[in-house]
Amino acid sequence: MTRIGVFVCWCGSNIASTVDVEKVAELAADLPGVAYSTTYKYMCSDPGQKLIAEAIKEHDLDRAVVAACSPSLHEPTFRGCLENEGLNPYMLEIANIREQCSWVHTDRDEATEKALDLIAMAVAKVAHNAPLVAGSIPVTRRALIIGGGISGIQAAIDVGLAGYEAVIVEREPSIGGRMAQFDKTFPTLDCAACILTPKMVAVSRNPNIKIYTHAEVEEVTGYVGNYVAKIRLRARSVDADKCTGCGTCWQKCPKRVSSEFDQHLGMRKAIHIPFPQAVPRVPVIDRDNCLYFQRGKCRICETSCEVGAVDFEQEDEVIEEKFGAIIVATGFTTFDHSTYKEYGAGQLKDVITGLQFERMVNSSGPTGGRILRPSDGKEVNTVVFIACVGSRDRAKGVAYCSRLCCMYTAKHGLLFKEHNPDGQAYVFYMDIRAAGKNYEEFVRRAQEEFGVNYLRGRVSRIFEEDGQLVVRGADTLSGTQVEVKADLVVLATALIARDDAVDVARMLGIPYDENRLFTEGHPKLAPVETVTSGVFLTGACQAPKDIPDTVATASAASAKALALFSSDVLTGEPMVSCIDTSLCSGCFACQEVCPFGAIEAVEIRDAMTRENKEVAHVIESLCHGCGNCTVVCRAGAPNLAGFSHEQILAELLAV
Amino acid sequence: MTQEGETVQTADTKEQEDGYEPKLVAFLCKWCSYAGADLAGGGRIKYPANVRIIRVPCSCRIDPKLVVKALERGADGVLVSGCHPGDCHYTEGNYYTRRRMLMLFKLLEFLGLDPKRVQMSWVSASEGPKWAQVVEEITEDIKSLGPIST
Repeated sequence: MTRIGVFVCWCGSNIASTVDVEKVAELAADLPGVAYSTTYKYMCSDPGQKLIAEAIKEHDLDRAVVAACSPSLHEPTFRGCLENEGLNPYMLEIANIREQCSWVHTDRDEATEKALDLIAMAVAKVAHNAPLVAGSIPVTRRALIIGGGISGIQAAIDVGLAGYEAVIVEREPSIGGRMAQFDKTFPTLDCAACILTPKMVAVSRNPNIKIYTHAEVEEVTGYVGNYVAKIRLRARSVDADKCTGCGTCWQKCPKRVSSEFDQHLGMRKAIHIPFPQAVPRVPVIDRDNCLYFQRGKCRICETSCEVGAVDFEQEDEVIEEKFGAIIVATGFTTFDHSTYKEYGAGQLKDVITGLQFERMVNSSGPTGGRILRPSDGKEVNTVVFIACVGSRDRAKGVAYCSRLCCMYTAKHGLLFKEHNPDGQAYVFYMDIRAAGKNYEEFVRRAQEEFGVNYLRGRVSRIFEEDGQLVVRGADTLSGTQVEVKADLVVLATALIARDDAVDVARMLGIPYDENRLFTEGHPKLAPVETVTSGVFLTGACQAPKDIPDTVATASAASAKALALFSSDVLTGEPMVSCIDTSLCSGCFACQEVCPFGAIEAVEIRDAMTRENKEVAHVIESLCHGCGNCTVVCRAGAPNLAGFSHEQILAELLAV
Repeated sequence: MTQEGETVQTADTKEQEDGYEPKLVAFLCKWCSYAGADLAGGGRIKYPANVRIIRVPCSCRIDPKLVVKALERGADGVLVSGCHPGDCHYTEGNYYTRRRMLMLFKLLEFLGLDPKRVQMSWVSASEGPKWAQVVEEITEDIKSLGPIST
């Protein structure tokens, strides 16, 4: 007979206000197999855990049910509690009476009845729990970092510094990401390149760090400690080993193409590096625009290259590498404002985005740092900045606040006034959100010291009149309609998930939210982890983040990866499948449905017929414990530890 | 024909038992729907208290026989919920679930049970409100069907 202890948590008033915990505990005492039942205010607290420990000793309990919050929160806590008392940690079940009961119901009787049912189900299940022992799995001490922006760079530096190998895979021809496009950074006005490029050089020099640019991760298989990534190294058409980065080829190249890096405000060549400080300083031929690839003649870059690095025959290469951890640093993109018809739907040439302004104001940018109207190249005397374009707009954009637009808009206003002290800068805003160290002070400085005019209100329309833009909006503080004649309008477009974010999430088996942003393991307590162990998040792929937060999460993610690397073996997942060979007929239906190739054929001697037969066998280190094999087998030979046939049936029968 | 029998029973029962509260069993995959249900809790989104949740690693762990067993043992309805197609934590588990459940629906229809008794939904870990809505809907459906006639 089992000796089950039932521990009902009040969770302060979180559970106790809706569920009659005392009554539940009292009734639970009569459930089959229950030897002891009690309640406590906070079961997860130290005294709560002590109470469980003492009850285990005093009442000679051999398993426990804790009725409290979701198992995703404190299952590990209570497992540890059992383990400390010499019980197997898996002799525990959690009845989720908070998230799935007290918090979602209001009627006390109904909630109490449901809580008791949930406990009865957990009690029935735990009676069938068996001690489980986790196996150990080896760890490849290398980190794959997807994305070579500031967050990927920082993560690589941290992993590399600790003495482990990091591999950055960057889609663009150079690392640097978004930060490389920025002019100055708030609130210190450090030049972005001045603080980024030393880091770019540092990663390229670190012998522990390998960088694949112009490359993409195509497929990821495996599991924590043992991931295998297929990486496509797209053909550069330039031999990186031979290239010296002298620049002759892109100076000589006759084909000019609109520059993505300059946000289409400037031009680049068909053979190009995206920006002067690119790492590696090896150009790429854009085959879609190259005269030779398109029309079969030109080859000027090839003839001008003294070292013979240009290689038109180069092909994509797909390599496979092993990793123990994956750090996702894929970053963000900006909201496409063409859905805002009132702002010209992207058709007005002098309505640009914040990122375009960033390129324009940059001294190595397309205008050499001069703020000019894209339509006619004239100096800008009046500029209007519009905040929250796409952000906080459930109808046309995203519901969330993009967090940095208030700050970069203040920076843009300030930079404009620095360039043109006699010019006028207006900012239309909804609220100013400047929460960060020295942020509020920075916005004040833009307003008070530099005289940027802040108008609280939305812009209703932008239109052209006499070669100028007219910005019509409301100033809600003075309660008036305002019209500003502007040379340039800059939209602070929302930061959003990249177009292929969902593909990346699916490739890695990590969840994403309604905005396609990757979901962290826990919103508060596991902000850089994901539910997939060994996959960590950093930077704006999880939510909009400024540079300090991005760098902080990059270091946090790398610390998590390094913790994995601190030992050469990991404790495996014991909730895996196991096949009863006496029931197995060797049909291998289970092998066909296993997504992980965790089922192999082994030969055993049949005890009855005394003949050899082939049966299925689970390779524990490959099994992820989904349970597909348990359902497909007609004989019911596979069973899943922790979610066995007996456990689920017992739970069901207790309803 | 058989469904007709159930309809008659339903009308009777509804008259007899005013305020009939059905008992529902929900099998939820732990990665998506169970987490979605937790999120509904975190958001204090209220929904009917008729559902008893059984947590499974993946919706593909749900043997259709368990669903039949639930109905046999007195559940008025069963809900099977997992990750959206394409989002399975185990890559393809929910595709198997979908196929198995479609077969089960045919069987249930053959047995003369209203197909609404067993429902399948995709609720992700970020869809707390959707979870509440799914429970709301199935509870309403089963309430209008009444208990299974025996």
